[in-house]
Amino acid sequence: MSAELPLLRNGQRLPLREVPELPIREFREAILRRIHEGDRLACLCADFDLRLVAVLAEDAGQALRVLSTKLDAPRYPALTPDCPQAHLFEREIAEQTGIVPEGHPWLKPVRFHLPWNGASDPWQRDGALVPGVMDFFRVEGEEVHEVAVGPVHAGVIEPGHFRFQCHGERVFHLEIALGYQHRGVEKALLGGPHPLSLKQAETACGDSSIAHAWAYCRLLEGLADVQVPARVDLVRGVALELERVANHVGDLGALSGDVGFLPTASFCGRIRGDWLNLSAEGCGSRLGRDWLRPGGLRQELEPALAARMRPRLEHAWADTKDAVELLWGAASVMIRFEAAGRVDPDRAREIGLVGVPARASGLGRDVRHDHPFGPYGTRPIPVAQAESGNVHSRAWVRWVEVGESTRFLSTALASLAESEAAPKAAPLPPLAPEHLCVSLTEGWRGEVLHLAWTDAQGRFARYKIVDPSFHNWFGLALALRGEQVSDFPLCNKSFNLSYCGHDL
Amino acid sequence: MIHILLSRWRQGYRTLPYPKALPALPERFRGRPEIHPERCPEGCRVCADACATEAITFGAAGPRIDLGRCLFCPDCAEACPEGAIEYTQEHRLATRTREDLNLDSADEYRLAAVLDGEMKRLFGRSLKLRVVSAGGCNGCEVDVNVLGTLGWDLGRFGIQYVASPRHADGLLICGPVTRNMELAVRKTYDAVPHPKMVIAVGACAIAGGPYFRQEEQLGGVASVLPVDLFIPGCPPHPLTILDGLLRLLGRLEAEGRVGA
Repeated sequence: MSAELPLLRNGQRLPLREVPELPIREFREAILRRIHEGDRLACLCADFDLRLVAVLAEDAGQALRVLSTKLDAPRYPALTPDCPQAHLFEREIAEQTGIVPEGHPWLKPVRFHLPWNGASDPWQRDGALVPGVMDFFRVEGEEVHEVAVGPVHAGVIEPGHFRFQCHGERVFHLEIALGYQHRGVEKALLGGPHPLSLKQAETACGDSSIAHAWAYCRLLEGLADVQVPARVDLVRGVALELERVANHVGDLGALSGDVGFLPTASFCGRIRGDWLNLSAEGCGSRLGRDWLRPGGLRQELEPALAARMRPRLEHAWADTKDAVELLWGAASVMIRFEAAGRVDPDRAREIGLVGVPARASGLGRDVRHDHPFGPYGTRPIPVAQAESGNVHSRAWVRWVEVGESTRFLSTALASLAESEAAPKAAPLPPLAPEHLCVSLTEGWRGEVLHLAWTDAQGRFARYKIVDPSFHNWFGLALALRGEQVSDFPLCNKSFNLSYCGHDL
Repeated sequence: MIHILLSRWRQGYRTLPYPKALPALPERFRGRPEIHPERCPEGCRVCADACATEAITFGAAGPRIDLGRCLFCPDCAEACPEGAIEYTQEHRLATRTREDLNLDSADEYRLAAVLDGEMKRLFGRSLKLRVVSAGGCNGCEVDVNVLGTLGWDLGRFGIQYVASPRHADGLLICGPVTRNMELAVRKTYDAVPHPKMVIAVGACAIAGGPYFRQEEQLGGVASVLPVDLFIPGCPPHPLTILDGLLRLLGRLEAEGRVGA
């Protein structure tokens, strides 16, 4: 059976007629068998015509597999009981299209909107939806209590609602309700590409602008069958690694702040700005806005500019090293980092973690390595990994990645300084009609997936975005089991997940 | 301990000298655009057609840019063959009214005026803000947050972000206000004691930003609350945000220097 599924590379297009359409029973079996053999469920979504589409990733073979099924009625037997990775995808499908995954153990809304296609709402909600209003887990008993926080939190942070079921200070379970940032990104992309589409892809998650913009660009380039020059790929790589380092440095500082270790916290807050300013040097925006465009770049990194950025890079790295190494030498920090927020590797694999939390739990998942794109095929970056799956491991993975990315940046800028800038890219030709493409990038949080297929006119019939946070929020809930409520900020920061990337 | 002290010595004192001098902005920084209508060919509309957020309209004096809708992307400037729209390094952008964000070549751009007497007396030297993220991409939050770091050290101007609306003098809101955040935004505002102010930061909070057509959001803070200060940008540079806040409090002299 599995041999019949066509293999797809990251960013490669496939005619829709070649996407296997299996009866629902075989569709489920094929997914479950591949998951059993070690694949990941990278995406599961529905169109608005009772069709389900799944993307499976075989990381060891650098391969993706796509399969679909057409339902007769808006219901099917849920995958979640046999495949926990499908949990949130199936809730999302129910909410977007009204298709009910029967037997789903915890079928609840995700973003608090009515089905887009006018289908009947699985929860029979009327027009006025109130976010966060749904069933929550409850633990009954003496000395058991519930702590509810949010949506508006105490810091400069995005909105979300958290419920802790506690026994004294000990957390039995944390349940997370998001959806407050839902602004209709996927819906806006339907019928595109529109003039706004690139900007919407870029702001799907603002601190991962490059990761999302690059995934969007590669998706369009795949559908239009355009190959960008190697130099363009290298500049994009520089943009992505600058984004990664800036955010990791910020996170290492914030983790230090959460355990009250102020030297690293204070230094990193400022040094993060130095990294962001390097991006601004490249494209005018600290968050890398308007740097990439489909088919090429909006802003080249001319040789003289690349040469000017190198000493600034070295300087930022020296400051970073000085500030972060203090952290590893502080026993008071280490004891807190090591004692908190463990997710074991089996659980991590079961729920389909990606990115930093996956690598911290011993799963060497990294799109740059597993499904290489852009410059990473010829300039591989080693996969950073740790085993313990706790806060320390997640911090350590970030730190190793900062070093690896800096090395990449240094050699990339050197070679950009020595080669001619690419000419402005021509506008992209029209997208192939009735084709599908899956594009993956490795943002600083983890795997960013963009999936789209086109209609007969070459417009987006469906556009699906999976931010790494979508896979990972449940990981945070598990990391907190058995911990203290007071450890929540530390655990939360060690994942540092995106609300808007989840809410879309 | 010795390592910490050594690091402290190596890293030095790095708070920006902002009151005395403006920090250097990157060469490619896109600040307030400048319009040269005399370069516009008769009947040409390419800049307006290139603008994805419909920020450009045409008036008697030529093209006009609504900086509240502008994402500060270079689409219009790139589209114009005559160079009639150029981005400058001018970071000062904040205004008191939505109308003042309209930029054309004929009128002078009206930067934010100082708070009225009693409000200035109360908040001029001490302003506590509750930051509410209401549905954007978290980009504005990043640069709002950055002002609190040692590099900018917002606290030295008497401005602080606080954890509770009950401790706040006003709200600083990012994001277009999604339908799912409307209730939370209203409740947070109601919890702030009088007198209070509202500051809208970023293209989303002013006019919905890249999502202005989506029914899932309300098109900016002004649709829900009275806004006292508009700070445009996508996201605004930290310097633009700081300039807006200090201008509102009457802490700035003409050239952007900090006064007494």
